[in-house]
Amino acid sequence: MPVISPGEVKATYDVIVVGSGAAGGQTAYTLTMEGAKVLMLEAGRYYDPVTETPMFQTNGQAPLRGSGTPDKPFGFHDATVDGGWQVPGEPYTQSSDDPEKQFEWWRARMLGGRTNHWGRISLRNGPYDFKPRSRDGLGFDWPFGYDDIAPYYDKVEMLIGVYGNNDGFENTPDSPAGILQPPPAARASEQYAAKHMRALGVPVLAIHRAVLTQRQDPEILPKKIHPHNPKAQRVLAKAMSERAACFWATPCGRGCAIRANYQSTTVHLPPALGTGNLDIVANAMVREVTLDAKGRADGVVYIDKKTGTECRAKARVVVLAASGMETVRILLNSKSASFPQGLANSSGLVGRYIMDTVGASRSGQIPALEGLPPHNEDGAGGGHVYSPWWLYKEAEKLGFARGYHIEFGGGRGMPGMWTGAGLERFTRGSYGRKLKEDARRYFGTFMYYAGRGEMIPNEGSFCELDPVVKDKYGIPVLRFTWQWSEHELRQARHMETTFDAIIEAMGGKVLGKERKYSDRPGISKGGEIIHEVGGAIMGTDPRKSVTNQWCQTWDVPNLYLTDGAPFVGNADKNPTLTIMALAWRASDHILEEMKKGSL
Amino acid sequence: MNLPNTPRLDRRTALKWLLTATAAVAIADRRLFAAPGTATTPAGKGYGTDPALNKEYQPGELWPLTMTDAQRRTATALCAVIIPAEGTVPSAADLHVQDFIDEWISSPYPDQVNDRKTIIDGLAWIDEESRKRFGKDFASLEVKEAGVICDDICHLPDARPELKQGAKFFAKFRDLTTSGFYTTPEGMKDIGYVGNMPLPEFKGPPREVLAKLGLA
Repeated sequence: MPVISPGEVKATYDVIVVGSGAAGGQTAYTLTMEGAKVLMLEAGRYYDPVTETPMFQTNGQAPLRGSGTPDKPFGFHDATVDGGWQVPGEPYTQSSDDPEKQFEWWRARMLGGRTNHWGRISLRNGPYDFKPRSRDGLGFDWPFGYDDIAPYYDKVEMLIGVYGNNDGFENTPDSPAGILQPPPAARASEQYAAKHMRALGVPVLAIHRAVLTQRQDPEILPKKIHPHNPKAQRVLAKAMSERAACFWATPCGRGCAIRANYQSTTVHLPPALGTGNLDIVANAMVREVTLDAKGRADGVVYIDKKTGTECRAKARVVVLAASGMETVRILLNSKSASFPQGLANSSGLVGRYIMDTVGASRSGQIPALEGLPPHNEDGAGGGHVYSPWWLYKEAEKLGFARGYHIEFGGGRGMPGMWTGAGLERFTRGSYGRKLKEDARRYFGTFMYYAGRGEMIPNEGSFCELDPVVKDKYGIPVLRFTWQWSEHELRQARHMETTFDAIIEAMGGKVLGKERKYSDRPGISKGGEIIHEVGGAIMGTDPRKSVTNQWCQTWDVPNLYLTDGAPFVGNADKNPTLTIMALAWRASDHILEEMKKGSL
Repeated sequence: MNLPNTPRLDRRTALKWLLTATAAVAIADRRLFAAPGTATTPAGKGYGTDPALNKEYQPGELWPLTMTDAQRRTATALCAVIIPAEGTVPSAADLHVQDFIDEWISSPYPDQVNDRKTIIDGLAWIDEESRKRFGKDFASLEVKEAGVICDDICHLPDARPELKQGAKFFAKFRDLTTSGFYTTPEGMKDIGYVGNMPLPEFKGPPREVLAKLGLA
């Protein structure tokens, strides 16, 4: 059995890892491959993408033609199990009734967490992104630079498999030769858009996504990733040989039964289990970290959700990788005489400086795409191209700091709910045979543009424990407060005007342009882009940060936070790849410290 | 349209919906397809947060269908008018799209509960309008007669003031009909979708596509 029951948990472990997603998966992988005995605790149920993923199911085979509902917010076939903006019995609260000051928190209570459904966009932060304060005086610098983390990006990309090109673009790092997989050819709409975007000065490059476009080489990669470790090479070679390359069908958000894309459950956990060094307990809701008499972490208390009983587990080192906000919650709930404000919180900064990604979007109808001969555009189950931020040299003129990348697309994807709907603005309300002609004419002619931009950490975005509300396990819940600054609001407006210009340059009609630019821009709500990071920032000064550059808490040296919580900035690059690189680096630090005997 | 949006639940709506759903009268029998319903408020709890994903579902399997015989007759006729049979391609009615629409309006979820009144009231209205104009139910109309009514309500901005409500209903019913039809295998083929099949490689667009776009 890959998963054990609470009764089978051993008396003690080297490391307890709380969480099983990008951070927990990477942490457990790195530690077990090097021989550490690890207990992983996951709050959700066991989940197996190989047997549970709806590959090839059509929307017509789903209830409500696959529409999103409160039970399945991203659509019926989305991989998320027991998750969404609300999790039954596990509320969170807001400090304000003003929707603009609220934060929406997406959770997935399942093995592998949100890696099962994410977009697989895997962009490296660049050198500028680690030293933003040095460049423009805002936010914080990270306590290390790009060169320190680059080797970990290399290893993560080799392990999970990422397609893309090396384009030598500013602050958009290349990977060393032999690491990236070849990107898929751009679709018709992507190529047509690229031509017009380049004419406007907007670059279009192959996007980087964690999808295998060819099989990984089990002879070469394991030796590069784990030099001098024959057992790890053997275990990883086996896991890699069990992954297939993409067969160009079925959206990635459903998960992948053939393990062609990255999700923790198909890429991190199988080799970690293959070492024999990993035990996983599912349905284990961690409430707090426990301390020994010397004030060092000695384990955790968790609720076995199956029975409602309180259980304890012990280890030399505790790693919280529960997702940034959940990690904050566990710290704040771990109160003791030595830590009355919550664990590792002598700085008072636990819960402070939470960040999300700035989002704004537009869509348009593109007449040039009408009447194209039918052809297969399923592709790699997500975008093939994107635009990196391109206006670094014009920062002074823009009126806002930092930038965004553009995710865009369209095309002839599998029909779903609302296919052929809402066409009356183009057709004057056709029905009958004319409607069928119109549906064919307009199918695949709609394109979307979504900006994903950097948010600068601010004092007005934080979370704390709600003084009253508890979840169904009796654990105090988080209360959120949110604020965008003028930088983000102006950036969102820049996104909208840019997208309108692009759509119009393609000869398209912008949809939903009725809203005036004098109104508030259509910026996403806090949390809506599901890139939340921060809440336990890293730094060089224990008074001004929660962890050091190794994700090790200043106050409790055998307590590490390897998810997004220690992020001190949130570059426009989607955070998952950086979470994994940081987790690997932190895990190497744990291994070294254990070897030295200091942990 | 296949536009990405992030569906979000407004919590106040959700709370209201929960109250409505739990107060609803339970309907005893589960049915498939054209079984008669009682047109009462939707019952049932939805499929929960952890339904089996890799299986095929039929309307009526997860919550009872609720259209009456008369409503179903009218809905079937309207589906056939909106997407008629053409050559070898069946009509929306032949493909049981009315069962999907029944599933939709019988669902306990908030968006669908919102649409329920529009559809139920609209089906009654279009029958009444048919009787007023032609002395018979909508389902008994000749194709030409049905066209006379539909021409008047197919485009909301052009509809006469007394027909605006009917036009709003028609727009919603048409959207549900296209959604139901184009997600069937026959509909996916008819709209020109090619895919959902494993390929050894992805070659990108064919030359003729690029030529048409001026990219070859």
